[in-house]
Amino acid sequence: MPNKTFFWFFLPTGLAMILFIGLPIISTGIQSFYAQHDQVVKEVKKCDPFGCTVSIVVDQEATSVIRDERPLGKFNGLGTYVDRNHLAIEQISEFWDETDTFGDFIDQVTNLPFYKALLFTLTYCLFVTPNVLLLGFIIALSLNAISRKIRGPLIFGTILPMIVTPLVGSLVLFWMIDAEGIIGANLQLIMEDPYLSLKSSRTLTWITIIIYGVWHHSPFAFVVFYAALQTVPQEPVEAAIIDGASRYQRIRHIVLPHIYPVVTFVALISLMDNFRVFEPIIGFSAEGSAQSLSWLIYDNLVNEEVILFGSAAATSMMTIIGIAILLAPVLIRTWKEFRTAR
Amino acid sequence: MKKILLTLLFILFGTTTYADGHCSKPSGSINILANDFPALRTFVETAKGCKGSADFKVTHSSEHNKIAVPALTANPSEFSARIAANSSIVPLMNQDLIRPMDDLVKKYGKGIQDSQLITIDGKVMAVAFMANTQHLYYREDVLKELGIPVPKTYEEVVAASEKIRASGKMQHPYAAAYKAGWNLAEEFVNMFIGHGGEFFKAGTAEPNINNAKGVATLNMLKKLASLSNPDYLTHDSEAIKVEWESGKVALMTLWASRSGTLLDDEGDAKITAATKLTGPATVGGGNIPAATLWWDGFTLAKNRSDSDAEASFIALAHAASNKKMVADAADQAVWLVEGFVPGPKSIGVIEAVKMGAKPYPMLPQMGLMHGALGSEIVEFLQGKESAEQALKDVEAAYISKAKEQGFL
Repeated sequence: MPNKTFFWFFLPTGLAMILFIGLPIISTGIQSFYAQHDQVVKEVKKCDPFGCTVSIVVDQEATSVIRDERPLGKFNGLGTYVDRNHLAIEQISEFWDETDTFGDFIDQVTNLPFYKALLFTLTYCLFVTPNVLLLGFIIALSLNAISRKIRGPLIFGTILPMIVTPLVGSLVLFWMIDAEGIIGANLQLIMEDPYLSLKSSRTLTWITIIIYGVWHHSPFAFVVFYAALQTVPQEPVEAAIIDGASRYQRIRHIVLPHIYPVVTFVALISLMDNFRVFEPIIGFSAEGSAQSLSWLIYDNLVNEEVILFGSAAATSMMTIIGIAILLAPVLIRTWKEFRTAR
Repeated sequence: MKKILLTLLFILFGTTTYADGHCSKPSGSINILANDFPALRTFVETAKGCKGSADFKVTHSSEHNKIAVPALTANPSEFSARIAANSSIVPLMNQDLIRPMDDLVKKYGKGIQDSQLITIDGKVMAVAFMANTQHLYYREDVLKELGIPVPKTYEEVVAASEKIRASGKMQHPYAAAYKAGWNLAEEFVNMFIGHGGEFFKAGTAEPNINNAKGVATLNMLKKLASLSNPDYLTHDSEAIKVEWESGKVALMTLWASRSGTLLDDEGDAKITAATKLTGPATVGGGNIPAATLWWDGFTLAKNRSDSDAEASFIALAHAASNKKMVADAADQAVWLVEGFVPGPKSIGVIEAVKMGAKPYPMLPQMGLMHGALGSEIVEFLQGKESAEQALKDVEAAYISKAKEQGFL
C-alpha cells in the first residue's frame, strides 16, 4: 500500500488515539509531578448533635487564593515517584543498611506498598501468561482433531469463560471458596482443619487468583490459535505422515513454526492484559492479600475520602513504563523479523 | 458528658410545638445523592412528599463516597444536595463544595431543632436527622444456656466467645465487619478510641498511633479475629449479617442502622426472637465505649444555583422535621428529629451516648489515616508482622499521603 493511502486510512484511528489515549497520558504525566498545596488550616468551633469541640478545618479563603494562582498544585518534581508509597528510594537504602541478610532485606522491601503490588503483578504475569498459551494451544489442537459434528457446541462451551463478565466470574468462584461455600467447606472436611480458609491465606489467595486468570484468559488464546490452525497447509502434514513422523513431531516441526507469529501476538496481548490485573482482586475481595499496580491506582482514587491524584498519576506512569519494559524483548524481536522479512 | 446526655434527651423528648410537616411548595430542580439503607430511603421519600413543582431526582448508592467529590466539583454540580455523615462531610469541606445554610434555616427551618444543626465556625453546614453507632448484638438463648452474662467489655466478649467455642456449639462465635479497607480501619478507630487513644499529636497532623495504646488495640482486634469466621478479612456488614441470620454467630459488633433488617420477619424466627441488642463494649479498663458516634445529615452543594439550593432545602427540611415520618419509621433508625420515641432497636445508640461515646473525629486529614489503616494492619492480623511494625507502616503510609496532600 502506498504510504499516502495508508496515511489517509490511518488518520481517523490516529486522531482518536491521540485524543482519547495520547492526551490523557500526557495529562496524567504532568499531574504526577504535582502535589497539593500546603493546607492552610484554622481552629474553629464545631458543633454536632453530640456536643461542641474545638477542632481544625481547611481555611477556604486562604486556600482558594493559592489555588487560583497555581491551579495545578505545588510542583513536586519526582517527589511522588520516590516517596514511601511508590519507589521508596530512601526507605530501601535504609533497609539495606539496617538488615543483615539478603532475605531480611527482601522481606522489608516487599512490605512497601509499591513493591508488594509489583511482586504480585509480576508473579501473576509469569504464571498466567505461559499457562494461558499452553492451555489455549492444547485446547485448540484437541478441538481441531475431533469430529466436525460436535465441534460447534464444544467451541461455544470453551469460550464461555471469556463471555462471562470478569467480575461475575470471580464472584461465582469467590462464593464457592468461602469457608461456607461448596469448595471451601469440602476442603476443610478433606484437610480436617476447621480453620482452613482459602481467603485468609495469602499463598492460597494468590493461587486462586492465578487459576482464575488462566481460566478466564485461555479462551482468547484458544480462539486465535484455532483460527491459525485452520491455515496450516495440509500437504506438508501429509508428507510428514508418509515419512513416519509422530504426532508430536508434526506439531513441533510443522504446525508450531507455521503459527509462530500468532503465538507472539497472543503472548503480547496477554502480557499486557495480565500486567493490568484488577477485576479478580475486587471480585475476590482479596485486597488484604493481593494487590496489583492497577489496584493501587484504584485505591488512591476511590478508597480514600481524599482523592490522591498525584499518587494515582505516578503509579499509572510507572505501570505504562512497566508494560513497555515487559514487552520490549518481544517487540524488538518482532521488529527484527519484520526487517529481515523485507 | 452530661451536656451530651441532656442534648440527647432533649432531642428525644423535646416538646416544642410546631405544625407537623409544613411544606412551602418549592420549584426548581432537586437532585439528591445519598447512601443506600432503609432509613435514608424513608427520609428521601418523605422529602419527595414536599417537592412542590420542582423536578425531583435521587441517587441512592453505597458507592456514594466515590461519586460525591467529583460530582459536586463540577459547576453546575450534578447534585443539589448530598446526604453525608461525620466522615463524608470532611472531603466536601476540604474542597469547599458545600454552602452554609443559615438564611435557609432561618427562613424555612421552623421545625428543625437547634441540636440538629451541624455548625462549623458558627455557620450551619449540615442538618442532621439520624444517629448511628456500632454496638453489640447477642444471642440470648446461647448465652443463657451456657450461663454467660451479657458482656460489657471486649475482654468479656473474648471470654464468652471462648466459652461458646469450647462448648462445641459454635466454631466461630464472634463476628464484626473486618473486611480489609474501610471496614477494618473503622474497627481499629473504634478500638483505639476505646483505649483512650488520640490519632494525632495535639494541634498537628502528625500521626500518634505507634504506642502502647495502638499495640493493645491491634492485639484485641487479633484476638477477636481469631474467634471469627476465618474469612473475616473479606466480610463486610452485609456478610456478617448473613452469618448471624444463619445462626452461626452468638456475639457481633454491627451498626445500629442494620438492626431493622436483623429483627424483621424474614429469616429463622427462633434466631430473630433470641437476637438482643446492648450498648457498645468498653476495652482495656477504659470507661468510654470502643465505638464512635455518627450522624447522618443533609448538605447543599455550593456549585448549584441559589434557587435549586432553596428548593432542595425546603424539601429536605420538610423530612428533617417530620413527626409522622419518625413515628412511622421508628424502628428504622435513631432519629434526631423532634417527636421520636426510641424503641427497643435504639438501645445501642442511646446506651453509647449514655456511656459517653465520642463522635468519629471530623478532621481534614482523618480520611488519609483511615485509608492507611485499612491496608497496612492486614498483615499483622494474618500473623505476618509484629504490631509495632504494622503501626510503623501505617504511620509511614499516612505521612507520605499527608505530605502529598499538603497536611505535613
